[in-house]
Amino acid sequence: MADAPQQPAGGRAAMQMQLAAKFKDYRHVWVFVEIERGCVHPVSWELMGEGRKLADDLGVDLCAVVLGPRTDDTKAAISQTYHYGADICYICEDPLLADYRNEPYTRALTGLVDKYQPEILLLGATPLGRDLAGSVATMLQTGLTADSTELRIADDKSLAATRPTFGGTLLCTIHTLNHRPQMATVRPRVMAMPEPDRSRTGRMVWHSLGMAEGDIVTKVLEFVSDARIEKANLAYADIVVAGGMGLRQPGNLALVQRLAEVVGGEWGVSRPLVQKGWAPAERQIGQTGTTIRPRLYIAAGISGAIQHRVGVEGSDLIVAINTDPDARIFDVAHLGVVADALTILPALADAFARRLPGRALAS
Amino acid sequence: MPVEHFDAIVVGAGPSGNAAAYTMGKAGMNVLQIDRGEYPGSKNVQGAILYSDALERMIPDFRETAPLERHVVEQRFWMLDEKSHTGTHHRSDSFNEERPNRYTILRAQFDKWFAKQVRAAGVTLITETTVIELVRNAEGRVIGVLTDREGGPVHADVVVLGEGVNGLVAQRSGLRPELRPQHVALAVKETHFLPEETIRERFNLSDENEGVVIEVLGSVSSGMVGTGFLYTNRESISIGVGCLVSDFAEKQIPPYALLDRFKNHPSVRPLLKGAEMKEYVAHLIPEGGYDAIPKLTGDGWLIVGDAGQFVNAVHREGSNLAMTTGRIAGECLARLKAEGRPATEANLKVYRDALEQSFVLKDLRKYRKIPKLLKQNRQLFTTWPAVINRSMQAFLRVDGRDKRAKEAEILRGLKTARGNWLNVAADMVKVARAWR
Amino acid sequence: MTRLAREFHSVVCIKQVPDSAQIRVHPVTNTIMRQGVPTIINPYDLFALEEAMRLRDEYGGTVTVLTMGPPMAEDALRRALGLGANRAVLITDRRFAGSDTLATSFALSKALTRIGEEHPIDIVFTGKQTIDGDTAQVGPGIARRLGLNQLTYVAAIDALDRDGATITLRRRSEGGVQVLRSRLPCLITMLEDTNTLRRGTIQDMLRAARAPVTTWSAEEAGIADPMQCGLRGSPTVVKRVFAPRPRADKAEMVVVEGKTPAQTADAVLDLLFAQSPNLEAALSARFKS
Ligand SMILES: Cc1cc2nc3c(=O)[nH]c(=O)nc-3n(C[C@H](O)[C@H](O)[C@H](O)COP(=O)(O)OP(=O)(O)OC[C@H]3O[C@@H](n4cnc5c(N)ncnc54)[C@H](O)[C@@H]3O)c2cc1C
Ligand SMILES: Cc1cc2nc3c(=O)[nH]c(=O)nc-3n(C[C@H](O)[C@H](O)[C@H](O)COP(=O)(O)OP(=O)(O)OC[C@H]3O[C@@H](n4cnc5c(N)ncnc54)[C@H](O)[C@@H]3O)c2cc1C
Ligand SMILES: Nc1ncnc2c1ncn2[C@@H]1O[C@H](COP(=O)(O)O)[C@@H](O)[C@H]1O
Repeated sequence: MADAPQQPAGGRAAMQMQLAAKFKDYRHVWVFVEIERGCVHPVSWELMGEGRKLADDLGVDLCAVVLGPRTDDTKAAISQTYHYGADICYICEDPLLADYRNEPYTRALTGLVDKYQPEILLLGATPLGRDLAGSVATMLQTGLTADSTELRIADDKSLAATRPTFGGTLLCTIHTLNHRPQMATVRPRVMAMPEPDRSRTGRMVWHSLGMAEGDIVTKVLEFVSDARIEKANLAYADIVVAGGMGLRQPGNLALVQRLAEVVGGEWGVSRPLVQKGWAPAERQIGQTGTTIRPRLYIAAGISGAIQHRVGVEGSDLIVAINTDPDARIFDVAHLGVVADALTILPALADAFARRLPGRALAS
Repeated sequence: MPVEHFDAIVVGAGPSGNAAAYTMGKAGMNVLQIDRGEYPGSKNVQGAILYSDALERMIPDFRETAPLERHVVEQRFWMLDEKSHTGTHHRSDSFNEERPNRYTILRAQFDKWFAKQVRAAGVTLITETTVIELVRNAEGRVIGVLTDREGGPVHADVVVLGEGVNGLVAQRSGLRPELRPQHVALAVKETHFLPEETIRERFNLSDENEGVVIEVLGSVSSGMVGTGFLYTNRESISIGVGCLVSDFAEKQIPPYALLDRFKNHPSVRPLLKGAEMKEYVAHLIPEGGYDAIPKLTGDGWLIVGDAGQFVNAVHREGSNLAMTTGRIAGECLARLKAEGRPATEANLKVYRDALEQSFVLKDLRKYRKIPKLLKQNRQLFTTWPAVINRSMQAFLRVDGRDKRAKEAEILRGLKTARGNWLNVAADMVKVARAWR
Repeated sequence: MTRLAREFHSVVCIKQVPDSAQIRVHPVTNTIMRQGVPTIINPYDLFALEEAMRLRDEYGGTVTVLTMGPPMAEDALRRALGLGANRAVLITDRRFAGSDTLATSFALSKALTRIGEEHPIDIVFTGKQTIDGDTAQVGPGIARRLGLNQLTYVAAIDALDRDGATITLRRRSEGGVQVLRSRLPCLITMLEDTNTLRRGTIQDMLRAARAPVTTWSAEEAGIADPMQCGLRGSPTVVKRVFAPRPRADKAEMVVVEGKTPAQTADAVLDLLFAQSPNLEAALSARFKS
């Protein structure tokens, strides 16, 4: 949506949908099940939960798409798709799909869409999902709404996808006119995780990739798991503890790092600390740093400037520690502590260490 | 190794630097202009008053393309005490003329527009570059500037310093002394966004082009030498207060607290209701007046705008003095260049002379005594506004007391406030004489 | 766009965006108030630009910056030139207005084709995403249309073999980094924080101030069919724009009076786990083994 929000309702937005004849038979809701190195990304199940509701609203089937090599992991993923609500699972099993690569995945997914014609196709807004969605939508010449936060079936039976824009300052609702499928990506943890029903099963439909390794230009030489690298992984961290200018001295960053370590999370900073050289740029959280969306974010001595807030607003739970009761950070925080971060941080680390089983020794 | 040689280098792309560069560019000179901002006027949504005349002399048709907010049709002066204001309004339909005299503007947009005209005049503008110091030759003549970028100094026949109030380049190069706290005011200002229609209704304006200015004296400065102001822009309000830096230092009042108090004054709060604050800026204003003007010229350099303390604090005029000094400097340098005369201190005397002939130095000289008067007579900011408001109260309340008793009370109030009648008279004489 | 053995050439797609922190929404009409909103180069694109310049410094050649936008987007290009880019192209046309990602990638890919005809391209760079559109789709869209190898979320370029036309790089993926080898020409979307933007020299700045910015209309960019541009070429349509409902509740404040830091910390944990029982379970599970 390069420039979308300039044109609010009116004009073209008011246009009625006139679906071309070739799209009339496009039916059913599809969810792409993302499997990387044998693991299904949880966002896929969250999407299945949401997809089920859309399919029920439309009175159509919910279908899963599983791409991967023929392994036990893939097999397990296929049966799980039914537990999470799929009526049909479209499967393409091929050794070329072992590691994610754009070319074979795009080929497989577009091939399936062309053949089985879904009206809605949902993917997770993960690095893989965004990489794939962008090229598949272009191949199919259809519309794609990225990073949706709400999906709904409109009165005219089309998909209304709502997404934030301008760094979260605005929301817009987007429809795909005259093209099918209607594609959307959704960020992890935006939709609720459904309860699996392990008794459910469904139909399997197999599809062949029809590609040889020689057709694929890009080769995977190696996969370096995050566990093996030192680098900050803020964007993907589950728990983030960050410090701001309220820490006063570079040495006090150690308090932030210790708490992060105790809870098994990552640590970060506000921009001035990077500018002062207290922390490397990769640790900066915010508009010009990393956007985080952890389950828990603890902000210590951070005032909550808008450039910082837009980078943390997606967190599930925010705890802010600040000596100033009027600090803006309390506008986005769920839990606020008006106190000196230098004493609360160590106390929090101790409290977590005490109360998390198996953590007592780590402190 | 020097990069390149220019006829002139202009430091700064504010109103003064732009005026100088524009004038020289139009005269066909090879001019380099350097500003440290991301673009001229960058980042600030800050509002101000633009006085047409100074700009019109350079760009007669500026109204066609310049980003102007509203032209001023009404001016209010308020004397504030804690609860009330007493004041005058002047509103006139004659301000709705074809070529209005004053406009509210947003500096970020205006400066950008002005810079575009400057570039169109053939000037080379580079931004995000800070001039560190002036480069001199063996004889001490200024021959160029050194910036914070790699690649060596840039050379020119003359350097025009339009670097604004701080004047660090001039200071670092030993051309002027350090700023004195009693010569500068610190102004803090916020921009509050409101829908255009709300502004129109709230300020009794007939369309989106008409605007109001409010100037405020009294409790707004908490006993310091200073004033407050409020301008209506198209979709926002600029509000601020400014007081002498030396007073802030002495009183230990944080500037934002002062502004907060102003915004919460019962006369002001309803004007801002529902507005969204989006920007806070603090900036210095040179208010030392005529006596604070530094040396303006030397071999290979001259000073324009705020860097030369060219601000008329009484009338809140600054950008027009900046543009006028910039234009005059540009004209003088273009003439010297045409005549093939170098920009030596002796030859640059024409600049000082031209300034003396213009309203710039005439006005500043007229108000020469004002800064001192204000510093020595704090009662003008405290006692007088309070007395005036109290008197108005007494005068307007209908409470069964006879009018003569009320007049007596008002006069008594006046006298007690100033100790004795002599002081009352002295205040009036002092103001009148300083004004003269 | 087959590569000819000439000098190395990268094109970086940059977008001029409003500084998002300053965007305001009209409280009544819910439209964007653009007045006075400063614009910047999309911060993510600067990492792409720096990477392209780094490769140029190592292998020689040229860096071209390309943008689609209104005439004032020229400012962004000029700024990129000042940072050290060699050449700038602006495609601007009323017919581009209202483009969604599909239409944007169409117009950019046409312009890239035209650039490539004059000067073959080895790598097209884009940022990871924009801060206004925020879709991360324009890069993949361009790659697909031009048939370039698509390499998104690139964290580092390890090696470039110009003779063999291969490139080895690291790509961020879920839970780790893929080390990939691919072939030129390719399209790379660069991850943030992967390099440090340089400052151009005074010479760069002087060159940028005077450099011509090549400006193309739709036709000049080689777009014969305007039906694929702007609003008409965009399958998606924005039906409604609105401000998010502000969170009604401010943070729940933990009472600290009369408590030691340890007691305060305990109170925080109590409230935390009360608000989110899942969190406690998840945390505990992590450390069980
Ligand atoms: C274009 C642009 C982009 C930017 N991008 C980013 C970005 O990506 N990320 C970012 O973070 N910022 C960014 N900023 C900067 C941002 O505007 C703020 O300046 C910055 O976030 C402030 O950092 P801070 O909260 O650590 O410091 P401050 O604003 O100085 O706040 C320090 C806070 O600590 C509190 N405090 C003091 N002592 C204690 C104590 N002992 N215990 C607890 N609290 C204490 C104070 O009350 C205060 O609230 C950007 C700015 C611009 C202009
Ligand atoms: C709050 C406030 C309200 C005001 N309101 C009004 C008003 O309503 N009407 C009015 O007429 N005047 C007003 N003024 C005064 C007016 O703003 C100034 O008089 C005017 O801007 C002076 O112009 P200038 O070009 O000399 O300096 P500036 O506008 O300050 O410009 C200086 C430029 O030089 C650049 N610069 C500085 N140092 C360097 C360096 N070393 N290297 C490179 N670049 C450098 C800066 O980035 C800046 O762009 C107000 C001032 C303030 C603070
Ligand atoms: N109008 C544009 N002009 C040039 N490049 C663009 C434009 N829009 C997007 N891009 C590029 O595509 C990337 C992804 O944009 P987006 O899909 O909007 O998140 C950006 O980082 C830019 O490099």
